[in-house]
Amino acid sequence: MAVTVSIKRLERSIERRRRVDRIFYIIFLLSTLISTVSLIVIFTTLGFESFNFFTHVSIVEFLTSTKWTALFSEKHFGVLPLLNATILTSLIAIAIAAPLGVMIALFLSEYASSDTRSVVKPLVETLAGIPTVVYGYFALYFVTPNLLRPLWEGLQLHNALAVGLMIGILIIPIVASISDDAMAAVPSDLRLAAYAVGSRKSDVALRVVLPAALSGVSASIILAFARAMGETMIAAIAGGFRSILTFNIGESMETMTAYIAQVATGDAPHGTIEYQSLFAVGLFLLLITASLNYIGIKVVKRWAIRY
Amino acid sequence: MGHQVLTGFERRYIRLRKTIDRLLPIILSLAVFIAVATVASLLLIVIITGGHRLSWNLILNYPSANPEEAGMRSAIMGSIFTVGLSALICIPLSIATAIYLVEYSKGGRLSSILSYNIANLAGVPSIIFGVVALGFLGYWLGMGRTIITGAFTLAILTLPLVTVTCVEALKAVPDDLRLGAYALGATTLQVVRHISLPRALPMMLTGGILGISRALGEAAPILVVSGLLFIREDPTSLFSKFTVMPLQLYNWISRPQPAFVELSSAGIIVLLLILLALNGVAIALRQYLIRRIGQTWR
Amino acid sequence: MEIESYNQLLKNYVELSKEEMSDITGPEVVKVENLKVVYGDKTAIDGVNISFKRNNITAIIGPSGCGKSTLLRSINRMNDLIPGAKVSGKVYFNGVDVYSRDVDPVFIRSKIGMVFQRPNPFPFSIFDNVAFGLRVNGFKLSKSELYEKVKDALVKAALWDEVKDRLNKHAYSLSGGQQQRLCIARALAVDPEVLLLDEPTVSLDPISTARIESLLRSIKDEYTIIIVTHNMLQAARVSDYTAVMMPDENMVGRIIEFGETRQIFTNPRDKRTEDYISGRIG
Repeated sequence: MAVTVSIKRLERSIERRRRVDRIFYIIFLLSTLISTVSLIVIFTTLGFESFNFFTHVSIVEFLTSTKWTALFSEKHFGVLPLLNATILTSLIAIAIAAPLGVMIALFLSEYASSDTRSVVKPLVETLAGIPTVVYGYFALYFVTPNLLRPLWEGLQLHNALAVGLMIGILIIPIVASISDDAMAAVPSDLRLAAYAVGSRKSDVALRVVLPAALSGVSASIILAFARAMGETMIAAIAGGFRSILTFNIGESMETMTAYIAQVATGDAPHGTIEYQSLFAVGLFLLLITASLNYIGIKVVKRWAIRY
Repeated sequence: MGHQVLTGFERRYIRLRKTIDRLLPIILSLAVFIAVATVASLLLIVIITGGHRLSWNLILNYPSANPEEAGMRSAIMGSIFTVGLSALICIPLSIATAIYLVEYSKGGRLSSILSYNIANLAGVPSIIFGVVALGFLGYWLGMGRTIITGAFTLAILTLPLVTVTCVEALKAVPDDLRLGAYALGATTLQVVRHISLPRALPMMLTGGILGISRALGEAAPILVVSGLLFIREDPTSLFSKFTVMPLQLYNWISRPQPAFVELSSAGIIVLLLILLALNGVAIALRQYLIRRIGQTWR
Repeated sequence: MEIESYNQLLKNYVELSKEEMSDITGPEVVKVENLKVVYGDKTAIDGVNISFKRNNITAIIGPSGCGKSTLLRSINRMNDLIPGAKVSGKVYFNGVDVYSRDVDPVFIRSKIGMVFQRPNPFPFSIFDNVAFGLRVNGFKLSKSELYEKVKDALVKAALWDEVKDRLNKHAYSLSGGQQQRLCIARALAVDPEVLLLDEPTVSLDPISTARIESLLRSIKDEYTIIIVTHNMLQAARVSDYTAVMMPDENMVGRIIEFGETRQIFTNPRDKRTEDYISGRIG
């Protein structure tokens, strides 16, 4: 005798399941909204405190003055020295990370067997997994005294060069993995077609895959540059807190992030101008990195559509 | 066409291309070597400098002006509290977000805006999270420069990273299974609960541990939130002042005395060992869960 | 007597026997009127009118891309799950439009079962696979009742004898053909009225195919079966009625002919049907 199930029970079950499903839907949606809310909170908090800051300091002075003496008694708030240090260290970083990252990506996508790949890729990824204080330590106590000083006598103990080099190592995985994705997206027909007209493997790698993946590669470099600009601990440890406008990468210079770290560890009571300057510098940094990320994502999207 | 006679230039050009073809893989592997060698030498130098300073004191003692006695007990406790709490906030949120994005929203406008914002959040420099947390949570909401503020900071900081892994984990579940369950009259929640989630969970937990490792290594945002680098007591509540391991290391690194530099190397070894252990746990847990979860009705 | 709402439909289920239901709704269990399905900006099918008779097997045949599967998925609202899919027109199930606002797709799917192209057993034991629908639909059954239902479904799916000693073995230990029969058992376990099959034997060998065809014939007295297939011989072997679908010049799928299977295969009215079943197109 077959067991029959009453429809009434099914009806009740559906009613109940529909309600539970609805409740969880709302929970999941609210959770998803938290990221967006966080972004809003980030911009409003920075904006609000920056507004307070700019009632004391003119935006023109902030953007054009070459003196940043926030922690002295005679205060000047010209962001250029900080911006200069941030850009210089990031440029050095990208000068290291871009070629190495792209080369690693080419190796992974064109030359490595899948076994090699499964070993090398996680190894490269660990570069980004090492805490940045460790890189800072390495820059200050090994790279500068043991690698750079022998080559460059006048090098200061804290200097932008070592900072840039270490940030460069840190961001290699960003360049490598995004470029690798872009190269993987190059259709294999293109490679076959190149071989069919007598190309060597190196021709395929350098003249077919690399150009075809170029927008992905450029995006990786832009995104990595944005990441370099936001790096704090390496700059704070090995770059020092000297907010002077200089182009000598052998000297100590203070990046925007290092300034924030310096003020945060010192005594900057709530409501003072030093406290507010944290937010102004933060907002300025965020606007730059956000624009870079925006461009980077745009470039990635354009490349994604093409194939 | 008969035999072509190559000019000297052409012959040299072909030889050059052949050489390039042979050299390119070597040059490219050199790039890999440089990257790997950097990590290796970094580890080596840390071990050489700090290996002999490893001791139980380092873990059990409070920080001290005397490098012989100084340890990072308060920092380790601070890290456990802060990062642990942040994981408790971040991982459920990430899983819920991923479920919304993959299982509930059918690729609508709202969901593409929301996932775009997650990508944007991922691009915010970590120190900004600290600055905003200090202003918004610390002062505006009055939570102070405490463990709970730090935990929320790290939770939101790692949210995009963990969410992305959770989304990928759900996307890796074959659609066949979902359709099969829907066709039997399952609701979306039931599909998630009985079909997608059990199969995605191992990868999601790996993502969670990835987030925890990231949070453990983060110094900058906590530096801004906590401000304090020298704490000589265990945290007693969520509203205690606190420091974390990378901050304690920053403090030691910044001191001029060589004894503290050695101490910081030893501390780095401890931090790296913890990270290594976490990753090992992640791999083991994953293997275990893949075998256990999703093989029976639950 | 008109059936107007979802609640009315449910009441009828509770109070009426199958024969009485048949008296009310007529022999047509599923009736499709002027159905149009659009994916994004591409129209997949348009102007589809067809009815499916109780306790018969209806085959839908046609070349690939003619919208056979789309039509099938519209009947139990599986198209709801595809982003960008828009359905207009009407699909009546026992006289109730399944797309009207107060109808829950979950209910529709528990009364209209579906089997897919490739066997998709859940990664559970054989028993848990068949019990899945009973459990998610909240049929609070005792252990022995559950066992009876599972056994019943497996017997109908002609799988019981092969698996009765290993119900707790993993479903993936079964062969492809057995897995597909398991999927049929899984669908039958929730007591559906209609069973939709989307090219159920396309990935199977001839022997497994023959088994499934004979099991379909054996259960047709209890269920209304709609099977999509591109295998014309299969349609001829198993079905009572056949619908032929064909894309028009804009690649929009339409039904070009519908009738008793014997008539379609022996005396097609439409020239394109003749060309298709004689292998000249498709």
